[in-house]
Amino acid sequence: MIRFDRVNKRYPPDITALTDVSFHVEEGELVVISGHSGAGKSTLLKLIAAIERPTSGSVLLGGQNIGVLARSALPYVRRRIGMVLQDQKLLFDRSVFDNVMLPLAIIGFPPKEAVHRVRAALDKVGLARREKALPIALSGGEQQRLAIARAVVSRPALLLADEPTAHLDHETAEDVGRIFGEFHRAGVTVLIATYDTPLFPGARQIELAHGSLRS
Amino acid sequence: MKTWLTQNVRAARLALRRLLAAPMNTLLSLLAIGVALAFPAGGQMLLANIQRLAETSSAMPQISLFMSVDASAEEAKEIEVRLKNFSGVKQVQFLPREKTLARLKTSEGLRGVIDVLPSNPFPDAFVVVAADDRPQALEKFAAEFRQWPKVEHVQLDSAWLQRLDALLRLGRTAVTLLGALLGLGLIAITFNIIRMQVLVGRAEIEVSQLLGATDHFMRRPFLYYGALLGLGGGLLALLLATGTALWLRAPLSDLAQLYGLNLALQPLSLRDSALLLGSATGLGWLGALLSLRQYLR
Repeated sequence: MIRFDRVNKRYPPDITALTDVSFHVEEGELVVISGHSGAGKSTLLKLIAAIERPTSGSVLLGGQNIGVLARSALPYVRRRIGMVLQDQKLLFDRSVFDNVMLPLAIIGFPPKEAVHRVRAALDKVGLARREKALPIALSGGEQQRLAIARAVVSRPALLLADEPTAHLDHETAEDVGRIFGEFHRAGVTVLIATYDTPLFPGARQIELAHGSLRS
Repeated sequence: MKTWLTQNVRAARLALRRLLAAPMNTLLSLLAIGVALAFPAGGQMLLANIQRLAETSSAMPQISLFMSVDASAEEAKEIEVRLKNFSGVKQVQFLPREKTLARLKTSEGLRGVIDVLPSNPFPDAFVVVAADDRPQALEKFAAEFRQWPKVEHVQLDSAWLQRLDALLRLGRTAVTLLGALLGLGLIAITFNIIRMQVLVGRAEIEVSQLLGATDHFMRRPFLYYGALLGLGGGLLALLLATGTALWLRAPLSDLAQLYGLNLALQPLSLRDSALLLGSATGLGWLGALLSLRQYLR
């Protein structure tokens, strides 16, 4: 599903984020990318989501080299990916429900079915009763679960998460870890960047150190 | 196709909601656009009315031909024959001097004056309608008639019409110019409003792009926003122009009556109204598009 082939990523002027990274993730796998802060975990996820482009090497997603795609093709790549970003990027001017509705509105999902989809996604993360609330009224754990609901509502085959349990107390973090486990069991390919690997039991581990894979 | 429709309905709704969410801002924007567009709209309305007045007051340009007072009936008859045989002349009406005298005697103010005159002061006259009523053709006819014997004076009744026509042409150019300038103004207004909207909506734009929104998807609500502003401003301009017309109707009609003219100020025609609304909407959309090219990347 995902294949990194000798990927390098440098940021100007001369900050090296990733050096010669090659790995492969099969469809349906649960993979944890671990490493210290600044090891290149976020950069790796951003390369998969085509938020960044590799300086050299290739990033294949479902056989497609996304590093060389035209700008106009990127939206269609991103629609196949559910993303939970480190800063969740929730929209605070609209309700929980409308936040989760946004990805479906973007792909032009029929409105009536979309409502069912949104309710199902909120139910799965345990926010069914908060759909009218504004995100600002949610706790940290609830906001994180809202971000997950938004990532999975369009039922993507690949779920990426960047430090989804950071800033959460242990109990809430375990809760969030469990939710990702459920999506994995439902057949979704899950890739999580985290420093807290024990939260995701049964996951294959890829460890980064100073931008290189440690084997 | 269905998806496209869904997306457009959503974008239009979103744009409308954004407009309604800041009513004071929206109102001020609409006023700026509406007042600007009211000028060309009002100008066009005025021109259309003047044109209508010109068309109804004189059906056809005519040439009036006056014999000298001492011309005999035979000489007048001869001219009449010549006129009737003249190629290009469509219609000749003979006004004998006796009839003119009798007609003017019936008019209240002139009777006393005419009664004291020793002899009939009026000449025989002809009213000629030419087949070709272009000013140059009429001018040529008049020049020819002037050289005939016992013809004292030839008058082109189309002269004032020509002057009016030139004035109307000038007016139309002025309205077009004004419309173009204020249309540019409308583009500038929406350009700036959309720029602010994009800045305010930065967070949503960024998130939507991460979720796989295409540029089209991002632009659509802003384009509708600009188009709706244009349409609203156009409607306001129409309202202002029509309101002014109705307000001025009675006093203007009274004034015209004093000059013997029958003038009831008409509001903008359906065609002109549609043109106003259509171009206002289009220009609002264009302003938004230019702004998005610049600020939504």
